Amino acid sequence: MATYASGARHLTQSVKSLGGFVVVTLLTFVGLMAITFFIGRVIPIDPVLSVVGDRATQEQYDAAKIAMGLDRPLILQFVSYVGDVFQGNLGQSVSTNRPVADDLARVFPATLEMATLGIMIGVGLGVPLGVWAAARQGTWIDQVIRVFALLGYSVPAFWLGLVGLVVFYANLGWVAGPGRVDIFYDGLVEPVTGLLLVDSAMVGDWDVFWSALDHLILPAAILGFFSLAYIARMTRSFMLDQLGQEYITTARVKGVSEWRVIWTHGFRPIRVPLITVIGLSYAALLEGSVMIETVFSWPGIGNYLTVALLNADMNAVLGATLVIGSVFILINKISDVLYRVLDPRSR
Amino acid sequence: MSTTKDWLLDDSPASRLQANLGSSYRMLRTLMRNPLTVIGALILLVLILAAAFAPWIAPYSPLGQDLGARLLPPSAQHWMGTDELGRDIFSRVIYGARITLMIVALVAVISAPLGLLIGAISGYFGGWTDKALMGVTDVFLSMPKLILALAFVAALGPGIENAIIAIAITSWPAYARIARAETLTFRNSEFISAVRLLGGSHFRIITRHVLPLCTSSMIVRVTLDMAGIILTAAGLGFLGLGAQPPLPEWGAMISRGRTFILDQWWVATMPGFAIILVSLGFCFLGDGLRDALDPKQGGKE
Repeated sequence: MATYASGARHLTQSVKSLGGFVVVTLLTFVGLMAITFFIGRVIPIDPVLSVVGDRATQEQYDAAKIAMGLDRPLILQFVSYVGDVFQGNLGQSVSTNRPVADDLARVFPATLEMATLGIMIGVGLGVPLGVWAAARQGTWIDQVIRVFALLGYSVPAFWLGLVGLVVFYANLGWVAGPGRVDIFYDGLVEPVTGLLLVDSAMVGDWDVFWSALDHLILPAAILGFFSLAYIARMTRSFMLDQLGQEYITTARVKGVSEWRVIWTHGFRPIRVPLITVIGLSYAALLEGSVMIETVFSWPGIGNYLTVALLNADMNAVLGATLVIGSVFILINKISDVLYRVLDPRSR
Repeated sequence: MSTTKDWLLDDSPASRLQANLGSSYRMLRTLMRNPLTVIGALILLVLILAAAFAPWIAPYSPLGQDLGARLLPPSAQHWMGTDELGRDIFSRVIYGARITLMIVALVAVISAPLGLLIGAISGYFGGWTDKALMGVTDVFLSMPKLILALAFVAALGPGIENAIIAIAITSWPAYARIARAETLTFRNSEFISAVRLLGGSHFRIITRHVLPLCTSSMIVRVTLDMAGIILTAAGLGFLGLGAQPPLPEWGAMISRGRTFILDQWWVATMPGFAIILVSLGFCFLGDGLRDALDPKQGGKE
């Protein structure tokens, strides 16, 4: 029986915890900006040179130096840096000659598309495999799934990408090669969402859609393998915790079918902690995409970052770091909130 | 029968040495019971032996070029084939073990004590010290490691030393969290109060009484993290930001072989097997250590 008073107390508590949560999240973002600021302005011996590049003229150099406000104290520089970032001003890229923020907005959907398909593969296969391993604990199936999952921690993503290209593209010819779409379909579909699959499906251009899917499937599957490894491992250990509990024994004694014991009694309680795991692995996929995109010449944020790294294009490097870091933090925080909202014990 | 065994497992050891040896022996027995742990330990033993005796094991020089023997497929003479400069890939992989071992050891030596110290100080003093230190730790923890390492290397410049520094900078926060959690569990216990009453300084309490108790969970965590550290180092090498050619670093070797991947697959794939093997070894050993040292988490096999 929920009384009014307890409801009100509960509400104040949620508001309080929400307030604290927002403060912590904001502080984390400021911390992230402090790191990128430190990397960009404090570590390099000549931060101006690292931004304009060594081919810049003296005028460009001086202009950049004034624009960056390097004559001012460090703390003021940081404050104006934070202000710039909040206004979406990440500086100019040396290699593309465009604002970094525009570049990032252009390349980000490609990464999002790949990571989203990757996590779908990871969840779709990882959860059932983890449950299966737990249900057959100690058998050879369990061992195979465990070793398979450990491989996800030991195989370099770029290496698996290269091997995947050799096997499935060059030898078997099952999938298309590097790039996002076949060259003659490139630019046919006007980007609306930036997600090529969605854009082409919306205008009904199925040739482009299938070509895009053909290119996407291999890198997404490889990304998916890494989240599969983590998700399967965590699902297995959550399931083992549940299956060892007494209420499961009770259900079995009552004669409930094994299928029902596993999926209804065992699996239901672990859905909530699994959401956190899935959130974490989705965020990790954004990180993993850096390597995969480089191997597959996928025009996403990871590829943008590595090209910028090789050109010593510091504004682009820091901008990409900031965006990937922010998305990473955001996904972590969202899964944190979801966990609290969905867990019946916290209601 | 075996008196040594009885001596080791004696319930009332006569000396501290006997007690220590006995507990090590018991732990070793627990470890040996899990076949995967033994495999992991053997893999790492092979890695260490390969690194130590590289000049005797490797049939060719890792840097010696032989342009007449370019891009040869694996054969009895060249077990893993040769690369684009006619260098024997097997010899390079063997010498690469030295670089991998050095990276892993240096990252562990830098980041584990750093994290340990920060976590212990944070947990021991509590209050604002704790809030400030853990705030910084959490910011680093909430960042993707690889991206952060990439950004640091971008600022520091490519090279193996900078790659090690960058990886160490991104690895310490996890250790700080563990050390803090461990410290909190016994911060208010009586043996700490006793040392304090005897006049032990904070420095003495932390270094002599707090840190030693955190080490076992730290060893487990470092071992489990090693696979990730190897993969990050190889990734930096692959992107051309870590070890520079002609150093036979495995990631950089894969990067060189990328150009010929469609026709001469072995150049890029062979070093990858070495990375997988060593990472798996650390994973297996870490899992086993966790089960043996921390009965709370493991043991449900």
